[in-house]
Amino acid sequence: MSILELTNIETYYGPIMAIRGVSMSVREGEISVLLGANGAGKTTVLKTISGAMEPQKGKILFRGKEIQGIDPDKTARLGIAHVPEGREVFPFLSVQENLAMGAYSRNDNEVDADIDLVYDYFPILAGKRKLQAAFLSGGQQQMLAIGRALMLRPSLMLLDEPSLGLSPKLVAEIAEIIVRVNKEQNVTIFLVEQNAKMALDIGHYGYVMEVGRIVMEDSCEKLSQAADIQEFYLGVKDEGVRGRRRWKQRKTWR
Amino acid sequence: MQFALARGFHFLEVLQLLVSGISQGCVYGLIALGFVLIYKATEMVNFAQGDLMMLGAFFAYSYINIFELPFYLAFPATILTMAIIGALTERLLLRPMIGEPHFSVLMLTIGLGFILRAVAGAIWGNEPRSLSTPYAGGVIDLNGLIIGYENMVIILGTAALCLLLYLFFRFTRLGLAMQAASQNQLAAFYVGIPVKRVYSMVWAISASISAVAGILVAPVSLIDPLMGFVGIKAFAAAIVGGFGSLPGAIVGGLIIGIVEQFAGLYLPPGFSDVSAYVILLAMLLIRPQGIFASMQRKKV
Repeated sequence: MSILELTNIETYYGPIMAIRGVSMSVREGEISVLLGANGAGKTTVLKTISGAMEPQKGKILFRGKEIQGIDPDKTARLGIAHVPEGREVFPFLSVQENLAMGAYSRNDNEVDADIDLVYDYFPILAGKRKLQAAFLSGGQQQMLAIGRALMLRPSLMLLDEPSLGLSPKLVAEIAEIIVRVNKEQNVTIFLVEQNAKMALDIGHYGYVMEVGRIVMEDSCEKLSQAADIQEFYLGVKDEGVRGRRRWKQRKTWR
Repeated sequence: MQFALARGFHFLEVLQLLVSGISQGCVYGLIALGFVLIYKATEMVNFAQGDLMMLGAFFAYSYINIFELPFYLAFPATILTMAIIGALTERLLLRPMIGEPHFSVLMLTIGLGFILRAVAGAIWGNEPRSLSTPYAGGVIDLNGLIIGYENMVIILGTAALCLLLYLFFRFTRLGLAMQAASQNQLAAFYVGIPVKRVYSMVWAISASISAVAGILVAPVSLIDPLMGFVGIKAFAAAIVGGFGSLPGAIVGGLIIGIVEQFAGLYLPPGFSDVSAYVILLAMLLIRPQGIFASMQRKKV
C-alpha cells in the first residue's frame, strides 16, 4: 500500500525546470530513499510534496487525497512532517519550546508525554532543554529537528539530508534513530540523501535522480549492487591495470 | 552654549524634564514597538505606523466624545477596532505583496499613510480635537516635582503594556508561534503553524499598540490627522534601539524623548525637533546596529 504517490510532477524555479516529470510512490511503513548528486532536484521533490513549492503539472496523492499546491502548514496537519535540509530549528527558542512548537497543530493533552518520548530517543537533548537551540552543535540541532518533526505525530516523515555535515559516528547514530522511528513509531520515512551508503543500508526501496528525472529505481538491496550505483555513488571501483584507480573516467565525484 | 550657562542646572528642573521626557519617550517607544513587531515577523517596514496611532486616537475620540461611551468601555473598543483594522490591512493589502520587492511594500505603506490621513481628515475634520478622559487635568506634587496625571498614565500604561507583551511572547502558545515564525518562517510552516494567519495577528497586535499610544498621548497633545508624523521620530527611536529588538524600541524611544526635552530647554529654539534625527545620525555613525543589536544576521 503506498501512502504517497507522485505522478508526473513538474516544478519550476522561475523559468528553470527543476523537476522534469517525476513519478514515484512511497509504501506505507517502509523507508524509501531518494539518491542523487547536487542539483539533481531531490530537495525540490520534498518541497513540492510538503507544499513549500507548487508543481506546475502532475498530481501528489497522500492517502489517496490530492495534496499538490496546498500550503505546508496544512500538509503538516495532514500528517506529513518535513525535516528540512540544514536543520532549520528556531534558534532563539529553547529546546523544549522548539519541541512544543512541533506540536502546534495538536490539541490533545499528550504533548508532554511525547516531549519525554523525544528525550528518550535523544537523551542528549534532555540535558539541554532550557538551552536556546542556536547553542546546540550541528548534530544536536539535527536531532532536535527530527524530534520536533516527531512531535507532529506524523504518518510520513520527509527527511532532507539528515547526514549533511555530520561526523561518521553521528551519521551512524542518526541512521539508527531513523530506523527506530520507522519501526517503533510506525512512521513511513522518505529519505533524501547524498550519503548513498547510509541511505541504501537502512532503506527498503530506492530511487536515483539525475537532473530532474528519476533514472533508476529498485529495492535498496539491488540498487547497492548495481554497477552504476557502486561506481558513482558508493565509490567502489576495481583497480586499473597498473594497480591504480583511473580517476579520469569517473563522471562525478559523488 | 550660552543658554545652558545662563540658565544653570537646577536639580528639580532636571527631574521635571526627565519625567516629561520619559512620558514623551514612552509614546515614541510604543509606536517604535509597532514598527519592530511587524518588521521582525514579516520583514516589512510599516511606515503607516504613526497614522495607525492617529486613527486609534480618532476612534477613541469618536467613542468617548461622540458616542459618549464611558472611558473603560471606549478603551477596549478602540483597541478592538484597531486590531481588526490592522488584521484587515495585512490580509487585503500586504499579503498580496508577498514575494514583491521590499521597495514596493515600503511605497505601499507610505501610500497607506497618506490615505489614512486623508480619510481621517474627511471624516473627523482637520481642526485639532481634544479627548476627554477621566484623569484629565489632575497633578501630583512630589515635593515640588509636578507630574500631570496624563503623564503618569502614559508611563504606567506603557510599563503595563510592555509587561503584558513580555508575558504574551514568553508564555503563550500564540506568542511562541509568532517568535518561531519570525525566527524561521519555513520551519514554522513545516511544523504546522499557520504562518499567514500569524502575520495577520502580528499586524493586529501592532495596530492595537498604536491605538494604546494614541489614546495615551491624546490628552497631552491634540488629535488631528497629522499627529501620525511622530511616527518618523518613533522610526528613529526604533533604529537607535536596534531595529528588530523589542526592548530596544522602548529604550530608543525613551532616549529620544528625554534628549528632546533637554534640548528644548538648554539649546537654542528649534533644536528640540531636530535632536531626534541628530541622535539617529550619531547612532548610525557610531553603532549602526543600534543599542540592542539584532541578534542574528540574516541568512542568505
